[in-house]
Amino acid sequence: MSTAAEERNLRDDVLNGFQLTRQLERVWRTPSGFLGALMSVDHKVVGRRYILTAFVFLLLGGILAALMRIQLAGPEKTFLSADKYNQIFTMHGSTMMFLFAVPVMEAFAVYLVPLMVGTRNIAFPRLNAFSYWMFLFGGAFLWLSFLLNVGPDVGWFSYVPLSNLQFSPSKRTDVWAQMITFTEVAALAVAVEIVVTVFKQRAPGMTLDRIPLFVWAMLVTAFLVMFAMPSVMVASTSLILDRLVNTRFYDSSSGGHPLLWQHLFWFFGHPEVYIIFIPGTGMVSAILATFARRPVVGYPIVILSLIATGLLSFGLWVHHMFVTGLPQLGAGLFTASSMLIAVPSGLQIFCWLATLWDGRPIYRTPLLFVIGFIVIFVLGGLSGVMVASVPIDTQVHDTYFVVAHFHYVLIGGAVFPLVGAVYYWFPKIAGRMLSERLGQWNFWLAFISFNVAFFPMHFLGLIGMPRRVYTYTADMDWAHLNLVSSVGSFLFALSFALLLVNVIYSLRRGELAGDNPWNASTLEWATSSPPPPQNFDRIPVVKHRDPLWADSEILPVAAGLSADRREVLVTSLAEAEPQIREASPEPSIWPLLTAIATAIFFIGSIFTPWAVLWGTPPIAVALIGWFWPTGSKEDES
Amino acid sequence: MRQTIVRNVSDLPTYGFGPRSGPWWGAMGFMALEGMGFAVAIGAYLYLYAVNPTWPIGAPPPDLWPGTAATVLYLLSIIPNQYTNRVAHRQDLAKTRICLIMMALIGIALLVLRGFEFAHLNTRWDNSAYGSIVWLILGLHTAHLATDLGDTVVLAVLMFTRHAKPRRFSDVTDNVFYWNFVVLAWLPLYVLLDWVPRL
Repeated sequence: MSTAAEERNLRDDVLNGFQLTRQLERVWRTPSGFLGALMSVDHKVVGRRYILTAFVFLLLGGILAALMRIQLAGPEKTFLSADKYNQIFTMHGSTMMFLFAVPVMEAFAVYLVPLMVGTRNIAFPRLNAFSYWMFLFGGAFLWLSFLLNVGPDVGWFSYVPLSNLQFSPSKRTDVWAQMITFTEVAALAVAVEIVVTVFKQRAPGMTLDRIPLFVWAMLVTAFLVMFAMPSVMVASTSLILDRLVNTRFYDSSSGGHPLLWQHLFWFFGHPEVYIIFIPGTGMVSAILATFARRPVVGYPIVILSLIATGLLSFGLWVHHMFVTGLPQLGAGLFTASSMLIAVPSGLQIFCWLATLWDGRPIYRTPLLFVIGFIVIFVLGGLSGVMVASVPIDTQVHDTYFVVAHFHYVLIGGAVFPLVGAVYYWFPKIAGRMLSERLGQWNFWLAFISFNVAFFPMHFLGLIGMPRRVYTYTADMDWAHLNLVSSVGSFLFALSFALLLVNVIYSLRRGELAGDNPWNASTLEWATSSPPPPQNFDRIPVVKHRDPLWADSEILPVAAGLSADRREVLVTSLAEAEPQIREASPEPSIWPLLTAIATAIFFIGSIFTPWAVLWGTPPIAVALIGWFWPTGSKEDES
Repeated sequence: MRQTIVRNVSDLPTYGFGPRSGPWWGAMGFMALEGMGFAVAIGAYLYLYAVNPTWPIGAPPPDLWPGTAATVLYLLSIIPNQYTNRVAHRQDLAKTRICLIMMALIGIALLVLRGFEFAHLNTRWDNSAYGSIVWLILGLHTAHLATDLGDTVVLAVLMFTRHAKPRRFSDVTDNVFYWNFVVLAWLPLYVLLDWVPRL
């Protein structure tokens, strides 16, 4: 047999130990150099970039929040002009929702899901790279526009008629609408990848009832993204068409209707809250099991709660529109459904409390953030049940009470678990532990200052302070509470500075983590920290819901995958029985080029509708380049 | 951790058809989200229909013949499409090539017919909200038609090159699957665009 033929048949069952590791690293590594970095399709590389970029947007959005809190710290301050303030609160909301919260959750999924289900790379790795570039370009486009004084200024939900051409004649709203298109394309791509990775690339034996809860949460989230985001794409497209080519969707003099916008936006916007919150619950379940030293109580209840939350989240959107004048039946129905969704969330909380109760909790930083989450999220949930009721909502609509409510839900429900997740998975991603001492400071500062910053807003809302005002007069008696809130927000910002210091310090000086520093049970801890390009030298075989607790010494594995071309193991949907050794795409520059061509198309179309014509051929060429076989071993199998 | 090999997967095939393969599920995922896009657009149409006292607004309904002719052609196209599926499953390269060319020609014919559909909508996008939504819906479906046509043409060319390896037949069957979606998505749109304004 020729050498070439021998090499073609090289499998991971004829190599062992170091030799196997080296060979697989050679096949799966990202090419070196700058160009190589741009070509990477490794889910860990893309995931790291995604996480880092999302945190940069958190920093930027946080700076905007600080600017607003300076302006509002006292009555009639002139730190920001009204126009600047409008841009800043719009940019803050848009950045936090579209460029931080959703992407950072998907980013963690991109990094972790393939490791947790025991595969070598995410499904459709090139689409994954494309998704990251689209996200980056969309975010950069929004922020560059803002720096050029073309930042959107009509609020993060961009209501018509304010956002119609007549009332917003500059390009600011177009920038907002196209940023939506960028980020939704990116999010939808990741959602499909996650679904296919979870459905078809699970390690043999990882039946549906052995999937880690974090992965279940991300699966449900992916479905939410798939069914919610098309609505906002239709919305942003129709808005931009109204503004650019004179369509009449939102022009009431020609049969259009402003409430159509609110329906389309909130049909997306409400599930969006759960797109941010459900991954947070997945992080909570993962962290809780590890630090309570027992599996989460009620595994099936938690999963059914996740699915129920996902389904119910599509039936609540009208509660954002209670003051638009609804028929009584509609108001009743959406009040009931809004209260109903508290039930599955409540079930999950009881499962987590039972886990803590029955476990032997170790109060390390990740667990502290989880407990902080439970407290803050329950408070946010309570004010949520209040605003679900039409009479209360009518009273506090568009006041700081709502601002307090959704910051409790979103920061409590998503950011606290997220920071916990950073402490929990940083050792896996970076190979070093974060400092526990700084972590404790980080938590207590964040927990106390968050409440100082946001709790007074409930009272401000109840005494009538509307949201989105750039200043207020002294005789309103809002000054003291606002000052408290501003002081709290600066301390809260300081807690993130501590996190940043901790990350930078620990990257160099942190204690070495080893494979499984927390003695956790899921598969990402069965490989080295950070994981090698191939994730696992051989694909794990799963026989237990908590594989590393079932046997912490020996990992059962499957052999027989190629060791000289990129190959992943495809398994059946329910039972995860091996079906195919499928080729996985090698690195390519085409996803980046496709993203550049798409960005030119999107941005060009703000200025001329003809961009749709001249912008399409470059995208088509880039896509053909992307899919055309190169003659590599992966293509020709 | 120490490893112990408990099973060997080296006998498995390197590609598969239908729900066994990853790309099929990818296509399924995109169809689901694009189907949702159509559903939302239909919802927007019906919303505008419900809030306006007259419908269509300031225009006669679309002429029936282009949409009806297209519908007939879409339905008939399922026959050669399913035949393409069959020959691709059999990995019959010669017949697959012919089928792909035929499906590309059908796609081109439908794209030309689509031009007539736009021309016979009897309204412009900037006439009224009615005009806007019908242009949006027809445009959305045209994007799908054009995308599938592009995919079919590229696959047809690919099957004439040295890259026409067995796993490409799986790509062909996924393309068949996606075409069925384009047809299926059209049917409610035809009723909506051509018949609802006549109610």
